[in-house]
Amino acid sequence: MDAILLQILNGLDKGGAYALIALGLTLIFGTLGVVNFAHGALFMLGAFCAVSLNKMMTASVKVKDESVTFFEAFKEVPYLELWLGETGTTLISWSVPLSILLAIPVMLFIGLAMERGLIRHFYRRPHADQILVTFGLAIVLQEIVKASFGANPHPQAVPEMFSGTANVGALFGLGDNIVYPIWRLVYFFFSMSIIGMVFAFLQFTTFGMVVRAGMADRETVQLLGINITKRFSIVFGLAAVVSGLAGLMYTPILPPDYHIGMDFLVLSFVVVVVGGMGSLPGAVLAGFLLGILQSFASMNEVKSVLPGIDQIIIYLIAMVVLLVRPRGLLGRKGVMED
Amino acid sequence: MTKKTSDVSRRSFVKGSAAATAAGIAAPSIFVPHATAAGAFRNDPGSSKTVTLGFNVPQSGPYADEGADELRAFRLAVKHLNGEGDGGMMQTMQPMNLKGNGILGKKVEYVTGDTQTKSDAARASAKRMIEKDGVIMFSGGSSSGVAIAVQSLAQEMGTVFMAGLTHSNDTTGKDRRRYGFRHFFNAHMSGAALAPVLEAEYGRDRQVYHLTADYTWGWSQEQSITEATAGSGWQTVNAVKTPVGAGDFSQYITPILNSGADVLVLNHYGKDMVNSLTQAIQFGLRDKQVNGKDFQIVVPLFSRLMAQGAGENIKGILGSTAWNWKLQDEGSKAFVKAFGQEYGFPPSQAAHTCYVQTLLYADACERAGTFNPEQVIRALEDHTFDGMGNGETLYRGEDHQCFKDVLVVRGNQNPSSQFDLLEVQDVVPRAKVEYSADLYPGELGPYKV
Repeated sequence: MDAILLQILNGLDKGGAYALIALGLTLIFGTLGVVNFAHGALFMLGAFCAVSLNKMMTASVKVKDESVTFFEAFKEVPYLELWLGETGTTLISWSVPLSILLAIPVMLFIGLAMERGLIRHFYRRPHADQILVTFGLAIVLQEIVKASFGANPHPQAVPEMFSGTANVGALFGLGDNIVYPIWRLVYFFFSMSIIGMVFAFLQFTTFGMVVRAGMADRETVQLLGINITKRFSIVFGLAAVVSGLAGLMYTPILPPDYHIGMDFLVLSFVVVVVGGMGSLPGAVLAGFLLGILQSFASMNEVKSVLPGIDQIIIYLIAMVVLLVRPRGLLGRKGVMED
Repeated sequence: MTKKTSDVSRRSFVKGSAAATAAGIAAPSIFVPHATAAGAFRNDPGSSKTVTLGFNVPQSGPYADEGADELRAFRLAVKHLNGEGDGGMMQTMQPMNLKGNGILGKKVEYVTGDTQTKSDAARASAKRMIEKDGVIMFSGGSSSGVAIAVQSLAQEMGTVFMAGLTHSNDTTGKDRRRYGFRHFFNAHMSGAALAPVLEAEYGRDRQVYHLTADYTWGWSQEQSITEATAGSGWQTVNAVKTPVGAGDFSQYITPILNSGADVLVLNHYGKDMVNSLTQAIQFGLRDKQVNGKDFQIVVPLFSRLMAQGAGENIKGILGSTAWNWKLQDEGSKAFVKAFGQEYGFPPSQAAHTCYVQTLLYADACERAGTFNPEQVIRALEDHTFDGMGNGETLYRGEDHQCFKDVLVVRGNQNPSSQFDLLEVQDVVPRAKVEYSADLYPGELGPYKV
């Protein structure tokens, strides 16, 4: 029972990341009809917003390290620590949550620039062209980050209050022996909040209502005199923010490098297909479902029966779902079937 | 129907044969599998004033940190060989035949490549160095899978490979090659050095869970630690293979919590080790008590660069290492001083082995009086040297494995500087980690290829 609870928690935090990326992908596909292979790069750029803010906050002065006598060595002391002492150290430890404030405008700008500057020219082109151009864009963005930040991962710390483990066993009446890292729980609740906000935005605002109407029947909405293209551009920006935040908050779990987006992208496409192309609830459901199944497949009991299953489980599930429900779990008729 | 007869005349046949012979003579050496003339060899620098070495290291992927430090060491070695700087270990190496005028009077130049920690990319990069850049020797490492792959290429192409960081027993065991040499220690030696310390520190009869990188080094490391600790009554509860570069190890760590194990051995290296150790600590493993004992984590192969990446999490954790910058022998001090002055921080064990390998190759050329790989290999085999850290060292001819002292280290609880991340717990003498070459049998292959 303990092992099952832990694997469910593992699946939920991983599934949270899959669901957020898949949600962004589905928003773009549902509104603009574009298959965006650069979406993983948006996840990566969000992660590097956290890295960038941390680098800014740890801008340092070089002080001679007197303890090294073999050669002239210097240690780097951040200005914030020099000026503010303990407060400076605490502020630096909050760099990941603080970078949310930086990432929202930056990712919104990147999303809008990407859509207005490049992707809009490919709306009337075949999906194959869209895939090629967005995949190319992803590689360009990756290489820019590699040239700027290097190929190595950049570990990010979490604030003191979120480090360590929480006793989740006691919460479920299963004893004190089941602990789980606090930041992973934070990530799960964060992803749930973002998903909730996106759905609320689409469901309860006039802007969201117009977007949903546009997704259902673009031409009719345009005939009513509404500039749906402009709203869809903003949706692209919103999807970029969602992916960026997913990447940013994931940095303490997995130190980001330039390739992190590509690692998540492939899985997220499987999530979208399993959930059903164009279905927002489908993307979220499939994200969590595949995250949990992937975790269960890593259990020793499962692997002793089916060796190597943890490496292929997601693709196996995708095959089964597509055989049984060709449109995915919550897919709609007519989407990407022309 | 008439049968078409050949219209090749005797004259045209002779002409064609002559042209074919001329083309054969003019063909560049890259199309020649091995030089045929007596004494000739691939990429002979001949009368050129320079000689080129190839440094093939991981510049991306899970071992990129080690790769970057290896490259720094190679550059420093080239500088010293060419008579620039303070000479580093050339001041302490015994015997020493280098003159600071390059190798055999030829200035040393170098080319670099990125192995990406992938065997196919590493082989392609090494092949390019040999065929296009004309390197006389190539070096580099950080993954045993890569080292074994390029070592067999070295044998095929007749170009010496001085391995950098590679720790699998297979490199100089079943996959040993005449053209490959390893200065670094191996998993067997780690096990032999660590086992007595582990028993003394953590006691007998422990239940062990292995997380193992799923390739030759990981398997080799797991086997060596299991065999070495069996005498202390340590039993393996489970051994789980993890893909290299897995990133998130949470799904492999959670089953440990209720497995009944009281020791976790992380057979991971580089970025993988940093991630798996950090996540193991995040999951509270070190705060647990199992079977009435404090839960312990062991990292059999340690490096200062990994300790840097793992930060606070490394404190108090035991492991083994080939070399440490705080060693007080004259060779280590000279190297650390030269490296520190050049880059502002001390070298890693990966940098140390690459630097030493470059000097050893150059010295062997000087002793052989030629770049001919056959003669250079014979000069390296059974060569004994000193003054390069780790005491007197033997390059065993039977398997091309170096034998020297091994360090058992512990993550420093109270570092005196930002580089003081590992404290040397024990220097295990060479005699205690030596083994017969037959223990891991293999064939070196011929001198002439």
